[in-house]
Amino acid sequence: MRQHNSLQHDSEGRLRHLLTIEGLKRQQIIDILDTAESFISVGDRQVRKVPLLRGKTVVNLFFEASTRTLTTFELAAKRLSADVLKININTSATVKGESLLDMLHNLEAMQCDMFVVRHADSGAAHLIAKHVAPHVSVINAGDGSHAHPTQALLDMFTIRRRKGEFAPLTVAIVGDIKHSRVARSQIHALTTLGVSELRVVAPKTLIPAAVENLGVHVFHDLEEGLRDADVVIMLRLQKERMQGAMLPSEAEYFATYGLTEETLALAKPDAIVMHPGPINRGVEIASSVADGPQSVILEQVSNGIAVRMAVMSMTLGRAPAEGDST
Amino acid sequence: MTEQDDIEQLIQQMADELRARLEAARVRDALMVGIHTGGLWVAKRLHTLLGLEQPLGELDISFYRDDFSRIGMNPQVRPSRLPVSVDERHIVLVDDILHTGRTIRAAMNELFDYGRPAAITLAVLGERSGRELPIQADVVGRHFDLGEHEHVKLSGPDPLRLSIVEAP
Repeated sequence: MRQHNSLQHDSEGRLRHLLTIEGLKRQQIIDILDTAESFISVGDRQVRKVPLLRGKTVVNLFFEASTRTLTTFELAAKRLSADVLKININTSATVKGESLLDMLHNLEAMQCDMFVVRHADSGAAHLIAKHVAPHVSVINAGDGSHAHPTQALLDMFTIRRRKGEFAPLTVAIVGDIKHSRVARSQIHALTTLGVSELRVVAPKTLIPAAVENLGVHVFHDLEEGLRDADVVIMLRLQKERMQGAMLPSEAEYFATYGLTEETLALAKPDAIVMHPGPINRGVEIASSVADGPQSVILEQVSNGIAVRMAVMSMTLGRAPAEGDST
Repeated sequence: MTEQDDIEQLIQQMADELRARLEAARVRDALMVGIHTGGLWVAKRLHTLLGLEQPLGELDISFYRDDFSRIGMNPQVRPSRLPVSVDERHIVLVDDILHTGRTIRAAMNELFDYGRPAAITLAVLGERSGRELPIQADVVGRHFDLGEHEHVKLSGPDPLRLSIVEAP
């Protein structure tokens, strides 16, 4: 882990890559959220672009299907005036190890400045970050069931915009914690920011071992887990990552762990409902809740652009570590 | 050193001059925009003195700096806020010290991403030598004759204080 942490910072402690929330200091997260706040207004203007990354080239390397994340990364890069390449690698092909690094070095030879990486294998973005040239930054856009740091950051941004301070909040993350890189990153972010109580709510089969060590309270009963929560984060049931009989059936899962208007009523009246998408309607969340007045699901999507602009401009916009002063 | 009373007096003179200019140009509904941070302090006072109808706008030019790739992202960037459309509107842009002209260039680039202003008037509390771009102010509080290594700095917001500092 230590190695990961030092990998994403430069010699002066500034963020060079964003690979995981783990190892980010509270102030570093706050700085990203504050910078994102300034990028929000850019989206409301006549010209939705700033010239920060003019002349830089960003490559979206997506080894795994994605719509929201890919699109918002692309929009974020374009709003920063970067040039964007999208490389969609067939998920069925085993593009790993040497061949992956070969491709990387080819892209570097074309003077690319940033790789945004999504991969089904945990650690893929770390591997790439270890091998890139010194001027290149790597952003993890989701690796296996390990981490999805920009998703967690945009969730923190959405929570802060809606609720203000983190300290008094009770947050419940509900669903497939075990397979969720989003949950893992959210847990690190929420404990670093210091919420009052962090709960994970799921059947035993969908809770990873020793999750309590991360500073969360485990609930197996949805109603108990939701009681008086300020923020309810629903996770997608990741059927594609499940092997064997972890679950009885979707209908049964919905009956026990699905968020409905009735179960949401147990949370605080002003609780917000979040979901990283894509939503399985009628599996983890009822349509009436997903589209209801407490849902901020679409806000998460648009906030994702500003947060990704912040991360991209902060990692690429580092002054040289030593040398020329102003 | 220029003391508090002196500065308030300078700002009063700037307000008088601005009022005369806006009246002569028959500008109604001007939008005043202060540049973070010092420019905004000066703009707040001018805005009150002139009794402008439109709320004060604020610009943080961090996203438009021409030295971004050299000095990196400003970690304390604040959101820019323009309360009304700049299209076909007369803008009064306010900064504390006009030096190289690069800040003003960045600010004008940003303003044009909000729309097409009818005109921009530049008001600065202090002006000094060292221009690197063909930019000059319309309304100037005070001129400073400085040596190569000297800088003039505004501290504030209350009280406002101008001081000349030696920089290496």
